[in-house]
Amino acid sequence: MSMSIKSIIISEIQRIAADEGKSLPSLTDELVLLESGLDSLAIAILVARLEEMLNLDPFTDSDDIYYPVTLGDFIAVYEQAGKSHQLDSQSSR
Amino acid sequence: MNRPASHISSIRNLLANSPDCASRFLWSADNSVSLQDALLGTSLDGRILELAGRSVLLAAHDQLASALAIMELDGVARRLIICPPDVSPDHIPALVDQAEVDAVVSDRDWPTIGQQRSPLHVRVSSAVAPAKQVDVDPVATEWVLLTSGTSGVPKMAVHSVATLTAPINGSKGSQQGTDVVWGTFYDIRRYGGLQIFLRALLGTGSLVLSHAGEKPADHLLRLSAHTVTHLTGTPSHWRRALMSPAAGAIAPRYIRLSGEIVDQAILNTLRAVYPHAAIGHAFASTEAGVAFEVNDGLEGFPASFVGGQGEVEIKIDDDSLRIRSARTATHFVGHDNSALADSEGFVDTGDIVEQRDGRYYFQGRRTGIINVGGLKVHPEEIERLLNRHPAVQMSCVRSRSNPITGSLVVADVVLRHPTDQHVSEIKNDILEICRATLPRHKVPAVLNFVPALNISPAGKMARHNA
Repeated sequence: MSMSIKSIIISEIQRIAADEGKSLPSLTDELVLLESGLDSLAIAILVARLEEMLNLDPFTDSDDIYYPVTLGDFIAVYEQAGKSHQLDSQSSR
Repeated sequence: MNRPASHISSIRNLLANSPDCASRFLWSADNSVSLQDALLGTSLDGRILELAGRSVLLAAHDQLASALAIMELDGVARRLIICPPDVSPDHIPALVDQAEVDAVVSDRDWPTIGQQRSPLHVRVSSAVAPAKQVDVDPVATEWVLLTSGTSGVPKMAVHSVATLTAPINGSKGSQQGTDVVWGTFYDIRRYGGLQIFLRALLGTGSLVLSHAGEKPADHLLRLSAHTVTHLTGTPSHWRRALMSPAAGAIAPRYIRLSGEIVDQAILNTLRAVYPHAAIGHAFASTEAGVAFEVNDGLEGFPASFVGGQGEVEIKIDDDSLRIRSARTATHFVGHDNSALADSEGFVDTGDIVEQRDGRYYFQGRRTGIINVGGLKVHPEEIERLLNRHPAVQMSCVRSRSNPITGSLVVADVVLRHPTDQHVSEIKNDILEICRATLPRHKVPAVLNFVPALNISPAGKMARHNA
């Protein structure tokens, strides 16, 4: 599960960069998001697309959030949200 | 309109009476000017007398140069039209015409606009040269700010030093010490930034200016180097700052948000990251001025703000927030007051609110204007472009809420031939045209093909904004 969330995020970042004709540095966990060539508008679009694809919107679902600094932080937020989402759907069965 | 000179205090007059001007500064990314130097010198090549009594268009690229020009021109020019850096060159001739501009202050060469009488051009720079003091009886300069909410030529809202400074006394952030350093993510040529510029000048502090195109981390490190104490911006500005590794480099005492709907998440996060800061959010617009500040740490505003008889009167009519106060603009250039306010003097902000449990919450804009990280988008402009595509029957552009930029642009499109096998190619084609034609924030972030759109009984497309 976590592997697929990570790869979905990475490929969506690459698609957004390609749409805007931007080249990206290598997408490591340590990469600072705002220094990846993606600005806050691009990150906003990424969050909107991920909501459609993963049905997860971790930055809206909680009033207590930390904004991610690195790509690793960003992925971790979605992996965490994915886990609690799974637990929720299991417990509601 | 000008009142007798004896009643008028220009920014320079007010500043001349304030202490410590030699140790207070305006800092830009590549320059700094002490308020004392600004007060005693000229950034206009000593040509201030040529500008006396004129309607002056201030259209400089550099923000510090603009700040210095504003300080020098207030009380001298009859009218001062303050252009933000992103005003379209296509709109300049109409602004010049409507505002009867007879002088242009700029840091660039000024193209001749096909007119019989070309306005006087005076160059402004961010360097201050010593100047002989000139004695001019101050006039009540009209400060004209451009509204960002229109898709054509911006409207020109007329303010004065009086309307612009009325919100400052009694504001929580105006409790000052001599070590106050203001910073703002805004440009000072927008209402939100101009408020902070005036607070810095008329208080006891200094100001760190923003710089177009500067990386968030570099801006934060610059704010840190000047030990910023009071920092303001939109929720989108703050979210971007919090995503920077340099967010921890600053330790402001006062944080203020305005210009967009403030949600609980950004307030909570700021409180966690800056535990020693007082955090407030303000409702303000170019037309309505600063209406109120909310300092209880919660989104929305208390219902008790509405219906009172204080300095600012607030009412809710037809679900939208309306403001009457001495802080609103007085009129738009070329129009009487009725284009700005109703017969009782209330300005309709167009912001829809909803009451729940003793508190009002902002729902979005009546007109459907979409606010993408502080940049306003008219859905109709994008719909016109989409509808020109041969495969498109009709389209509806709407707002979708987003935790990073507040809102994003989403388009629902009805195809002429919905069974077309090439839908994904059509989608790519439409989006490519959008990217080639529109600024980035106007390009639909999500484009859906839908079977039909709702039409209201009045025959208009029903807009539902998230």
